[in-house]
Amino acid sequence: MLTAEEKTSVTALFGKVKVDEVGGEALGRLLVVYPWTQRFFEHFGDLSTADAVMGNPQVKAHGKKVLESFSDGLKHLDDLKGAFAKLSELHCDKLHVDPENFRLLGNVLVVVLARRFGGEFTPELQASFQKVVTGVANALAHRYH
Amino acid sequence: MSLTRAERTIIVSMWSKISTQADAIGTETLERLFSCYPQAKTYFPHFDLHSGSAQLRAHGSKVVAAVGDAVKSIDNVAIALSKLSELHAYVLRVDPVNFKFLSHCLLVTLASHFPADFTADAHAAWDKFLSIVSGVLTEKYR
Repeated sequence: MLTAEEKTSVTALFGKVKVDEVGGEALGRLLVVYPWTQRFFEHFGDLSTADAVMGNPQVKAHGKKVLESFSDGLKHLDDLKGAFAKLSELHCDKLHVDPENFRLLGNVLVVVLARRFGGEFTPELQASFQKVVTGVANALAHRYH
Repeated sequence: MSLTRAERTIIVSMWSKISTQADAIGTETLERLFSCYPQAKTYFPHFDLHSGSAQLRAHGSKVVAAVGDAVKSIDNVAIALSKLSELHAYVLRVDPVNFKFLSHCLLVTLASHFPADFTADAHAAWDKFLSIVSGVLTEKYR
């Protein structure tokens, strides 16, 4: 999937990511740009405006959790399906999340990285990250039944 | 799906900034498209798609100019892009999935060039607007 070079460049960029901030921003933007995704978070309190969402402490906390998990996954780029097996079962059996949402979140994460890294987030680096987010989304969908 | 007044305001005001770098934005968007979604290259066998190619720059300008036309007629995108819609339906016949890819790459390019302006609200407005543009360009497909 990724060449050794791509793995190095992805890991290098992600090493600079402030996981708690980026996670919160990505999840927040998912909920703002695709408001139907709020269906999973009705217990999060005020999601009525973009400002409310982006400032919501539960969104930030959950975003951090999600990105930490994603971060862990990056250490297992050769076996994402194995790395995310348990989480896949959880998202299917307990959380009932349509895997399409993983694809949406992956693309939102790419936009957030572009916003934070600007020119450093080159087309080539984006291409590598697109492969990673697709791999993670597929891994999270893999155990669905 | 149609834009709220607030969304229209965001897009029009951001466009005045974007248009000053229109060509660079267009070129970069296409570079991102072809890097990330190689299947999009199948529509351009006749092009030199290497970074810096004159054809890439020219086509990037064209694409961004069309987006600009849609922005200028934001209240009636269907009329503004009617000819382009026919072109895509009867001549180019680009598979609709590619509009999603192109829209995503344009969002990434905008986020990278305008980090402060590209707020969550702006992100939502642009995603919605490009979705509308894509819909117009594919509405005559069948």
